[in-house]
Formats: sequence, C-alpha cells, structure tokens
Amino acid sequence: MTPKKLGLKQRYALMTRGLDWETTYQPMDKVFPYDRFEGIKIKDWSAWEDPFRLTMDAYWKFQGEKERKLYAVLDAFAQNNGQTGISDARYTNVLKLFLTGVSPLEYQAHRGFAFAGRHLRGVGPRVAAQMQSLDELRHVQTQIHTISHYNKYFDGLSEFRHMHDRVWYLSVPKSFFDDARTAGPFEYMIAIGFAFEYVLTNLLFVPFMSGAAYNGDMSTVTFGFSAQSDESRHMTLGIEVIKFLLEQDADNLPIVQRWVDKWFWRGHRVLGLVAMMMDYMLPKKVMSWKEAWEIYFTEAGGSLFTDLARYGLKVPKYADVATADAEHISHQNWATFYQYTHAAAFHTWMPDRAHMDWLSEKYPNTFDKYYRPRFEMWAEMEKQGQRFYNNSLPQLCQVCQIPMVYTEPGDPTKIAFRCSQVEGETYHFCSDGCKDIFDAEPQKYVQAWMPVQQIFQGNCGGASIPDVLAWYRLNAGADNMDYVGSPDEKLWNDWHAAAARAAG
Amino acid sequence: MAQIASITLLHNDDARPIIEAILADNPGCRVLNMPGAVKLDRDDELVVRRASVEARIGRAWDPQELQLVIVSMAGNLDEDDDHFTLSWKH
Repeated sequence: MTPKKLGLKQRYALMTRGLDWETTYQPMDKVFPYDRFEGIKIKDWSAWEDPFRLTMDAYWKFQGEKERKLYAVLDAFAQNNGQTGISDARYTNVLKLFLTGVSPLEYQAHRGFAFAGRHLRGVGPRVAAQMQSLDELRHVQTQIHTISHYNKYFDGLSEFRHMHDRVWYLSVPKSFFDDARTAGPFEYMIAIGFAFEYVLTNLLFVPFMSGAAYNGDMSTVTFGFSAQSDESRHMTLGIEVIKFLLEQDADNLPIVQRWVDKWFWRGHRVLGLVAMMMDYMLPKKVMSWKEAWEIYFTEAGGSLFTDLARYGLKVPKYADVATADAEHISHQNWATFYQYTHAAAFHTWMPDRAHMDWLSEKYPNTFDKYYRPRFEMWAEMEKQGQRFYNNSLPQLCQVCQIPMVYTEPGDPTKIAFRCSQVEGETYHFCSDGCKDIFDAEPQKYVQAWMPVQQIFQGNCGGASIPDVLAWYRLNAGADNMDYVGSPDEKLWNDWHAAAARAAG
Repeated sequence: MAQIASITLLHNDDARPIIEAILADNPGCRVLNMPGAVKLDRDDELVVRRASVEARIGRAWDPQELQLVIVSMAGNLDEDDDHFTLSWKH
C-alpha cells in the first residue's frame, strides 16, 4: 500500500515546528540574547503563521529550478552578444547605478536576515528569515554574474564594491542598510521585511525590471524577475511580522508605528534614485515614477494600511509629503547628478526635446513650470561650450545623506533646511521626516560617516577632485562625465556603424 | 475605496495557463500588461485554483509551483494544496 502523501499544512508543521526544541544546557534567554532589549513583548511564538508554508526541501527544489532557468538565459545572452541589442548604450548607466548602489544591499540583506534567522526565538520566523537570507545571497551573486558581462564592454562597473563604501551618492543606499543592520532584530524585520520589502521594493523591481525588458536587456529582466519571485515570500514574511507583533501585545503598537514611520521615510528617500532611473535613464520608458508611485504606494499601500488599521496602526507619517514629492523627486535628483557628473561613476545627459515632451505629459503640474526651463538653459549652455558643473561640495542631510537639494513641501522654489543641535554641534536635514528620525536617536546619527565631511577632514585621498576620484577608483574621463563624448558612446557608435556596413 | 488584491506574474509560457485560470475564476479581474509581466487586480480577493490550472495544462499542478512565475502580490495570503488566495477579507 502506498503511504498517503502529507498535506501542505502537515508537512509544514513537521518540517519546521517539529524541528524546534527548548534548550536545556543553557537558558533560552542566553541563547537568544537580542529579542528583548527593543521593548517588544512576545507572549506566544507559536502563534506565528507562515502562509507560504514553505519547507526547506521544497525551498531547494524551487530555488534550483529558478537558477537553471536564469543561467540558461544568461548564457544565451552572452553567447549571442545581447549587449549589442539593447535600446541604446545610455541604458547601461542604470546597470552601473544598480550594481554599485543596489547589489551590495542584497548582500547586506543576506547578513541581516542571517542575524534575524539566528536570533528570533520562534522557529517559524527563524526558518523564514533563514530562507530569505539565502535568497538575498542568491540575488547579489546573480546580479554580479549578470552584469559582469556588461563589464567586458562598458565603463563604471569594475570597481562597484570598492565604490559602494566610498562614493558620495552611494553612501545613501549604504547608510540606509547600515542603519537597519545596526538596529535590533525586530526593528530590522520591520525596516527591511515590512517597510522595504512589502511597501517599497515593488517600485524598484517591478516597473524598473519591466523597463529592462522593454530596453532589450534580457539578462537583467531575468535576474530581476527571478529575484522578485523570492520577493513575494519576503513580502509575506514582512506582513506576517507586523501582524504578529501587533497581535502579541498592545504595548508593541507605538514602537512598531515609530519604526514604520522611520523606515517608510528612509526607504522613500533611497528610492529617489530609482525615480531618476525610470524618468531619465531608461531610453524606452514603461511608466513614470509618479505613475509607479500611484500604483504601488497610493493604491497598494492604501489597501495594506486600511487592513492594518484594525490594529491601530496608521499610515506612515509624511506619506502625504512623499506622495507630493513624487511630482518632483526624479527631476531634482537628475539635476543634481547632471551638475556633479564629474564626480559620478555613470554618465549623464540633458533630455532631448521628445524626452522633455514625455516628461511634460507625465508631470503636467510640475515639469514645464519648474524643471524644463532649467534643463533647456543647461542644454543651451552646453551648445555654447559652457556646460554647467557644480564645483562646490554640497551640504548633506545627516540622516539620508542626500545633498540638501529637496524643496519645501508646497513650495518647489525654496530649498528645505532643518537642523538640530546636539552637544554644541549643528546637524542639518533635508526634511521633517529625516529630522524626526535624528531627534529620536541622535546618538546613533551623530556617528554617521558623511562623505563630504570626510573629504574636508582629509580622509578621502586628498583635497582636490582628482585626488578624491582616484581614492574612489573612479577612472576619470571614462567612468564619469556626459554620455556624449564618452568611450561608451564611441563603442556603441562603432558597433552600429559595423552593423550598418555589414548590412550593406 | 475598495482594497485591491493583486498578483503579478511573468508573461511566459509557464504562467499563461495560470493567468487564464485566474481570469476565468475571478470575475471583474483587471489586467495591466507590462513588458515581461502581467499584473492582475481584483477588489478584495483573488484566488488561484489548482483544479483550474490543471484543467488547462493537463497534468498535476501544485500551487507552490507559483513560486517559479510570481513577481509580486498584495493581500493576505492563504495557501494550501488546492488554492492560493490573496484577500483583504477577515
């Protein structure tokens, strides 16, 4: 007689819960020393639900299958010189920003979830966090592997790991994860599992990866969607974590609300880089940042926070400011990188007329009024040989580490400045959101490694721009400056001239 | 405003019968096509049924196989051997 196959729920119970034990050689409090100090109260770890009910054996099976599919595509892309078939070589600049800014975060997430997977007392979340830790390691590996093919041809990619720890704008994503990983395990789970994975990563991985597909980058869309297939499990972990904490004890609510407010705002600031990638850097565009924000925050976040209202959790503080920012953030960020193109490891350009018309159509309230005139002026200056560079070092926000370029809520003509005093020192912020985060934990943020201050203190290779670029290992004249006139542009034009000659 | 249950799937041969099954089983489901992916939205609840997928592919299908083609989702998940349901209902 064939034994009856176990159902999913039984399998999950036996293969996760059934594998846990209470320690006897050491007290549980010594084995799990980090799950009390944040003030979170857990009465019953067994109340944890994992609706995916994924067991380790099934996990390996599915992940192995995903890898086989992904590597088949990567091989095909490389064998068929897929890099020659992308929409335009400008497209590769999103890969440069992605590899230097995002992929190292996947590795940070791997380490963060490994920590949570070791230090949460309940076996359900521990197993889920361990799987996520392995997923994140897979993501960074597949991203490096995929983009290494582009590194054979294009500039700005080869020193991604060295740059991530040093370059001024890369401190924005780096400090975001440093902040999460230096928090306790529960804050980390809310920061990355809930605020980032559930509320915000769709904005990075769905419309942007769809953009990679649209621009002919078969390899990036494949790693992107392969990573994203793990993401639905991560989103589920994020939502379960928040429900679990809120159900366990009413005292958890104010702590969780503060974390949700903080990490929503921090995530929103980091994703401004993605806004710029979508609106300015994809030669063929899928949707505007504002449209993506409407789908993935206003609509999806609206449904989520309506659901969580039954626990007393409110929509993150400053969500209204973030939504208003969606009209401005990509333009203000691109304007910043254009001015500092000499110090960035990717190329910039002014949008051409057709691109500006698209921006006018997508941003009828703001683009023509506030940004088009500036961009047209810069384009004109470029034509007259007066290309504008900003040679000063910017003041940075002490929390998000972005230059203080953002404008006042409700007045896009005025730069927003906030500050706080701690022990006789003044610290500056770009927004009320960042100031609140600082004021809640000043002793943490006064220690931040601020790229501009570090340059002035002499810790970044020297006092001149060439000294600092050398310290970044930025290959000046190839990695930086405008796309027009770059070695990337020359390579692309040579490929196309050769293709045209071959076609007769 | 209605709460939206949503699933985004790859637009490929493995996912197509699943997309068909979802559209057949979820009246009022809305479709957003993007390059490479399809986002399916429905007010309050969206269900993927094992039996409906099996009827289209002619072999046994485990709802956990969705892991291979899913891109994103929204809603509280309930999954067992027969269905994968995303819902905001309580």
